[in-house]
Amino acid sequence: MSPVTIQRPSRRRELRRAAPFVLPFLLLFVVVYLVPTGYSVVQSFFAVKRSGLGLGGAETVFAGLGNYVRVFQDGDFIASLGRVTFIGVIQVPVMLGIALVLALLIDSSVSTGRKFFRVAYFVPYGLPGVIAALVWSFLYAPSLSPITGFFASIGVDVSFVTDGALPFSIANILTWAWTGYNTILIFAALQAVPAETMEAAAIDGCSGWKAALLIKVPLIRPALLLTLVFSVIGTFQLYNEPVTMKSVAPNLPSTYTPIMAALRSLSGNDFNYAAAQSVVLGALICVVSVLVFRASARRVD
Amino acid sequence: MTVTLPSPTRNEPVAGVPNRRRRRAHPLTTVSPASRLFVLAVMILFAVYFLLPVWWLVVSVTKGSGEIFSGNGFWFGESFAFVENIKTLFQAQGGIYSRWLLNSLLYAVGGGIVSTLLASMCGYALAKFRFPGREAVFGTVLAAVLLPAPVLAIPLYLVFSATGIINTFWAVFIPSIVSPFGVYLSRIYAASSIPDALIEAGRIDGAGEMRIFGMGVRLMAPAMVTIFLFQFVAIWTNFLLPSLMLADSTLQPVTVGLVGWREMQGNPISYTTVVTGAFVSVVPVVAMFLSLQSFWSKGLAAGAVK
Repeated sequence: MSPVTIQRPSRRRELRRAAPFVLPFLLLFVVVYLVPTGYSVVQSFFAVKRSGLGLGGAETVFAGLGNYVRVFQDGDFIASLGRVTFIGVIQVPVMLGIALVLALLIDSSVSTGRKFFRVAYFVPYGLPGVIAALVWSFLYAPSLSPITGFFASIGVDVSFVTDGALPFSIANILTWAWTGYNTILIFAALQAVPAETMEAAAIDGCSGWKAALLIKVPLIRPALLLTLVFSVIGTFQLYNEPVTMKSVAPNLPSTYTPIMAALRSLSGNDFNYAAAQSVVLGALICVVSVLVFRASARRVD
Repeated sequence: MTVTLPSPTRNEPVAGVPNRRRRRAHPLTTVSPASRLFVLAVMILFAVYFLLPVWWLVVSVTKGSGEIFSGNGFWFGESFAFVENIKTLFQAQGGIYSRWLLNSLLYAVGGGIVSTLLASMCGYALAKFRFPGREAVFGTVLAAVLLPAPVLAIPLYLVFSATGIINTFWAVFIPSIVSPFGVYLSRIYAASSIPDALIEAGRIDGAGEMRIFGMGVRLMAPAMVTIFLFQFVAIWTNFLLPSLMLADSTLQPVTVGLVGWREMQGNPISYTTVVTGAFVSVVPVVAMFLSLQSFWSKGLAAGAVK
């Protein structure tokens, strides 16, 4: 018997064995991920045409790339992309910089109370997203905020909700909510650096900060890279924080972020256009993650 | 969302990773007291930054109505009204808050358990059965880990409104039981923690595949707890999807309800009630983390190292 004929029934048997385990998840995965994605792509090529003055019936017609042309000519959508890019460029490096330093400090034998700090830094993860934004919305609220109250008492006038301050206020919520999470992930990677490596470095006269930067940081590059990619993605999908901020910053535009812009199209019953906006955003996130991966990989070579 | 990296070449048990570095490499004596003090100061400064808003939340929950924005925001007020605030919270609008809590629990616990079960079954099969199409399935699932939930929410809305399950329990529950990250983590974990010999022995003894998986589950427990915990937190804190899907306030989870209350700007639901609601909504997440701590710290470490 040739090897092929032996292999085929065995592979078929493996498939029969695997099916009851894989199919329940796979079926739901198709329903929740693949169908909506495919449906949106299809919908993005159609448009609803209303005849006359909107009095007659509406019909769905093929629009080709019409919706996509509209996306790239949509000043509000482009502006929302600009805002999340700006927030990402200032927030992600600050957050990951702090997370790396804190992780190195917890990891180094210099620090006392490591366990306390690990827990303290991780606390914000317990109230992420919309609840964190809710708490900060009170801390930012003009005339109510205990922080502006404190500054006013020493004669300094601060506002967190002016147009100029908003990106920084939102960046602060993100940094507050996610730094600890990234610290713990980087710390976990640092824990896997073998003690022997650091001992050998110490014998060669490399210790302290030098050892941290020259040996530990390069060794945990995969973990750093992933925190970077996920943080960048996180910024593009910004939604909870600006929406909650709207209660203290009425000046915040309803198309502040790309997701908010797409949701506004949705609430205006502009379904096909909302689909096109979502597809563009999803594609953009893919491209940016690949670019970040590539750029960071090249630096090593 | 969690950070993970595919590198299936490692074979050692993941749970062993955090224990590897027991010995400290550097003697403390080489560090000057001044720099130790500086390091401690930096770490305390950041601890204050992370804890201060939480402290504000705790303090505010104890204040009587009207006191919340008078006096020192970061210290207790004249009266201690914690119990009254809790009462007011659960009586507001005919007790809708307890309904929201119950909904959140249902979505998060139910979704957490079902998604963990489905994901670990799939991950186990991907790790242990060499069936055709295995890598294609895994690759597709892995790509989905990178697709953020908010970006998917709008396409889901389009499909669910076309099929008419919008504004039902299922509109939030069905998306909650699919965890691509869970499949990824359980595949890695099953590959390293369940020996092939166990499966072979089970087959020789005539046990069915599900029965053998039942034995393997015990070995995969740390990974499964991690998947459950992350999915629980993700569902509990989810806002965009339920706010998009659910117009009926009796179906809404606590996050959507609270933001609705916040938008009332203090009338008729007072700020103190909103803050108390935020405080209470955090308690289950904290309780979950504390009670499962020894499990998730291992699983998290495994995810980051891999």
